[in-house]
This record gives sequence, structure tokens and C-alpha cells, in this order.
Amino acid sequence: MDFAAILRIAVQALTRNKMRSMLTMLGIIIGVGAVIATVGLGQGAQQAVQDQIASMGTNLLYISAGSVNRGGIRLGGGATRTLVDGDMQAILREVPQVSQVAPGAGASSQVVFENQNWSTRVTGTSPQYFDIRNWPFARGGSFTDDDVTRATNVVVLGATVQQNLFGNADPTGQTVRIGNLPFEVVGVLTAKGQSGLGQDQDDGVYIPITTLQKKITGQDWLQYIMASASSQQASFTAQNQITSLLRDRHRIRAGQDDDFSVRNLADVAQLADESSQVMTMLLASIAGVSLIVGGIGIMNIMLVSVTERTREIGIRIAIGATESDVMRQFLSESVVLSLTGGLVGIMFGVGSSIVITRLLGWNMLISPAAVVAAVVFSMAVGIFFGFYPARKAAVLDPIEALRFE
Amino acid sequence: MATLAQVELNEVVRGASTVPVIEVEDIHKFYQLGETQVHALRGVNLTIEPGEFVAIMGASGSGKSTFMNLLGCLDRPSSGKYMLEGDDVSQLDKKALAAIRNRKLGFVFQGFNLLSRTTALENVELPMLYAKLDKQQRLGRAKEVLDLVGLGQRMNHFPSQLSGGQQQRVAIARALVNKPAILLADEPTGNLDSRTSVEIMQIFQQLNDAGLTVVLVTHEPDIAQFAKRIVVFRDGKIRHDDTVQSRPNAAEALRNMPAVDED
Repeated sequence: MDFAAILRIAVQALTRNKMRSMLTMLGIIIGVGAVIATVGLGQGAQQAVQDQIASMGTNLLYISAGSVNRGGIRLGGGATRTLVDGDMQAILREVPQVSQVAPGAGASSQVVFENQNWSTRVTGTSPQYFDIRNWPFARGGSFTDDDVTRATNVVVLGATVQQNLFGNADPTGQTVRIGNLPFEVVGVLTAKGQSGLGQDQDDGVYIPITTLQKKITGQDWLQYIMASASSQQASFTAQNQITSLLRDRHRIRAGQDDDFSVRNLADVAQLADESSQVMTMLLASIAGVSLIVGGIGIMNIMLVSVTERTREIGIRIAIGATESDVMRQFLSESVVLSLTGGLVGIMFGVGSSIVITRLLGWNMLISPAAVVAAVVFSMAVGIFFGFYPARKAAVLDPIEALRFE
Repeated sequence: MATLAQVELNEVVRGASTVPVIEVEDIHKFYQLGETQVHALRGVNLTIEPGEFVAIMGASGSGKSTFMNLLGCLDRPSSGKYMLEGDDVSQLDKKALAAIRNRKLGFVFQGFNLLSRTTALENVELPMLYAKLDKQQRLGRAKEVLDLVGLGQRMNHFPSQLSGGQQQRVAIARALVNKPAILLADEPTGNLDSRTSVEIMQIFQQLNDAGLTVVLVTHEPDIAQFAKRIVVFRDGKIRHDDTVQSRPNAAEALRNMPAVDED
């Protein structure tokens, strides 16, 4: 029998029982739709996490002053005064994988412009900070290395601070007060939005580290150092080298705890990636179970159909249908059922992921691989669960079948 | 009306060969029915030459249905030999038997056995679908045969829209469509009124006159009279095998019957 005839007969048989065929397909539609939607959403979420990590800066190493143990009393992170400018220079000089470094120390302060004021975080750093964090300027630019050397009173504003003090006016060249000191605004950063932890990254101002140390806090140690590695791979080597370099410089003996910590954002990225992948797999496998349930539905209906059509099968065998002809007929019915269900399911899955992503404001990624897999899998479900009923029909005894009422 | 269009008869019936169409030698058939073994056929011998019209009679349980199933290649004998057009088919496998049923045998059943919700045309096309003819050939041939049995105007009707006689004519068309060597009819008039029964017999007589071999199972003596030869089964054996002496002509019989309104 030619393919067109087989297909036509299968569709005819299925449309005779429209309601039943639709309900049977619904199992596959829901299964495939759920798989497509969960995989699409999962991948979208994964992408969102990756974007966020990339926005923190690429290949970033974050060296923070650690805890210190004074006579058995352990103080919290950032309590040591041992992390200094010399450490930073040493890292840049002696760790070849590190391409850029920037110091960091901060204080909280009131920033005032004319009759507006705003309490924010004041970070002392160097111009490299903005490169390392991959942070472009909306207006003006960074202060210079020369400003750092001379400890001048210049400031870069975060977008939130700019909005609160100046509204839409251009603040560059204006003078703001931090504490009691006047600072000239040299630049405004672009808005970066919330960090992964919900912190407003734009609520802060940046001044030369020396200005902060000498004129505001009076402390000459650093809270953290940011370093940028030349590649993600290099960041792991750099992490180890920085650790041994700093242990050496801080004269920490073997067996003693570090008085600093080195965090590698590639680690964080990998972790986040893995966890969202696990989540996606989990959701998809739950959805996959419903696909199997849908397949059982097909098997059930095909068995009913074979019993109902015993006489028809008998007639077909009597006039010359071979076992494989009958087998093919019933298999094609179950495959048409599952494949149609699969195709509708893809539309349903894509549609619902579009709706969900609109509502949640996520990115949606419908991977072609998932769609192809869904089609292949639903066809496989049709063949697998259709096989037994088709086999049952094919081996019917025609004499018995013709007597069936 | 049940007259066949004479012109097209040659299209349906293949040329007669000299080999016997059916040659059955010492056939036995055993059934396992629960605990007991049933000996349904106890050594049957029968030869049917091309162009014969044989009626098989017998009470229920006589073995005539079992014999018919064997002739129809729906079942295999437990022992003995069955030659169909000179070929031994008694021990062929299922696939080969399916091909024989498709190409050499035409079936007509008591209950018509048409596929419901499938048009007359598609029903007639069905054997050609399994013979793997292309669509063009299938359509042409199906229309031809439906014209022959006088249903050319109703080929798009469903079985439920046709009378019993018309349904049986569709079934005959389906049986003829692959030019079989033999037409096997199992109680073809069992579900029909007497006038329609004679109409069907008229078709059989005309087909037989054109050279087609016909084997008919019936338990109605009047119907068996339209055949040329009557074989009677009892207890799994052939008890009588006689030529019909004064064979009525179905067309004439129809003319003498009181007119009954058909559908």
C-alpha cells in the first residue's frame, strides 16, 4: 500500500471518532507542551543568570580582607588591616594572569547638592575599577591616575545618585559636598540595575582611593582588591597564585588560616549555571513523565479500537491484507495521533512560554534541538505504545474475526 | 435490476485454463475445542474444473464451513493436499496465503462484510490497495466493476445508504475486482428476501456463463438448484455429489415472481 493511502486511511479512521482522538491527543499535547515550555523557560533563566554574571565584570577576581583571629576571638570579614596597596601592586607585578587591578574601600556618607541630599555608599578606588567591572559612562568620564596620586576632590556618580540630586540635568562640572568636602563631578555611570541579590548597583559614588583614605576615613588599608584575569581559564590559576602570594606577604605560616579571601566569579557563574541546568532537567523530566502517560493513553485507545474493529480487520485479512499491512495500518494511526499531538504540543508549549516570559519579563529561548527532540520523541511514543495493539490486530484469526459481532 | 452489462463481462473473467481450479485430496481437519478434539473433516476429496458452478450443502456441524474456510485459504488443513490452479497451497505461510486470497480468490459473505462508513467505491478499491495497484488503476477498475453490477450511479454511497441486495452487489464487485480464479460465496443469500436472493443468483449464473468458477455454500435447496452441481456434506465427509438435472434460469425465475418493491 502506498504511503498516501495509508495516511488517508489512518486519518479517516481517527476522524470517525473525533472526540476520542482529540482527548487521546491531549495527553501528548500537554506532555510535549510542558517539555518545550519548561526547557525554554529553564534556558531563558540560565541565560538571565549568565547575563547578570557577565554584567558584574568578566573574569573577575575579588580579594577581600578576611577574618582575623586575636587570641581565640575571631572577628568578621573585613576586620583586618593587612590588605594594603602594596599587596595590590604585588599582585599586578607578580601574577602574570592578572591584567588589571583596582583597590576598594568604602564608607557611608551624605552627598549634598544645593538643596538636595542623598545618603549613599562612597567607594574609594582607581580608574581601572570601571574597566574591570565593565562599566561604561553615561556622561563625562573617570577620574585619572593623576587624581589618585594627588588625592584630588573629584567624584563619579552612580545613576541613582545622579537622578536623586540632579534629576535630568547634566551634573558634570558641578560641585557636590560629601561630608563637609566639596567634590567636582567628572562623570556619571550608566545604570546597571539590581545585582543578583537585589542590591541597587547604581546607588553609590566613586572617588580616588587616596582621597577617601586621607580626607574621609583616615584609614590606609583596603577592604578589597578587584583583579581581572586575562581569560576565564586563567582566572583559576590566578586565584591560586594570588592566594600563595598574599600568604607569603602576610607571613601566614602553613596550617594557619588566610586573613583574606579570594573569590573567583567564574566559580559563581559555573555554580549558577549548573544549578539552573539541574533545575531545567528536573522540570523537563517531570514533564516527560506526562508524555509517557499520554503514550499509555494512546495504547489504551488503540486497544479499544482494535477490539471494536475486529470485524473490519477480519474483512481486510480475508481479502488479502498481510500481517504487515494490518500492522502498518494501526501503527500509522497511533503515530498520526502522537505526531499530531506533538506538533500541536509544540505550538502550545511555545505559546505558553511566550505568555509566561511576557508576564515574568524573562528571556525565552526555544531551542530547535528541544523542538526536534519533541517531534522525534512523540513519534517514538506512538510507535512504542502503538506496537502492541497493532500486533494484536495483525495476528487475529480471520475466521474468528469475521464471526465477531 | 440485476442484469450484468454483457459487454464488460470479459473484463472480469479470466480465460479458462485446463488445470482443475480446485483439487482436494484426502483432507482432514482437527480442532481443539476445550478438552475435546473435534474431527471436523474426515478425508474429503473434491475436484472442481474451470467453469463449474458448485453448491455445497449440509447441516450445521457437517463440516461445510470448515471446508469453505480451507478453500478460502483462511485456514490450513491438518493433513491432505489442496491444489489451487495446480499449485499446492496446503502448507504455505500466512503471507503467501494472504497473496493467494488477494489475487486468486473472491469472497462473498452472508453478512456482506463491507466496511461501514466507507463508500462503495472505496470498498471495491480495497483488494487492489493490498495488491499494490496505483491510484489510477484502482479507480478505473473499481468503477468498471461497479458499473458491471449495476451500481455505477451509487459508488459514493455508504453501505448504510444501500439496500441489502445492493450491498451484496458491492461485495460481489469487490470479490471480482482482482480477477479471481474462483468466486467463493458463503451463504450469500442468507440475509436477503427471496426475490433479491434470486437476483443475486442471476448475477452468479451470468458470471459463471462467462467462464468464472463459482463455489457457493448454502443450506437453502432452492438456491442450490441454481448451481450446476450440488455437493452435500455430512459428518465431515462428502455424502452426495450430483449434477443438477433441471437447473432453473434465474432470469426466468425472476420474471415469474410477483413484483416486490425494492427499496
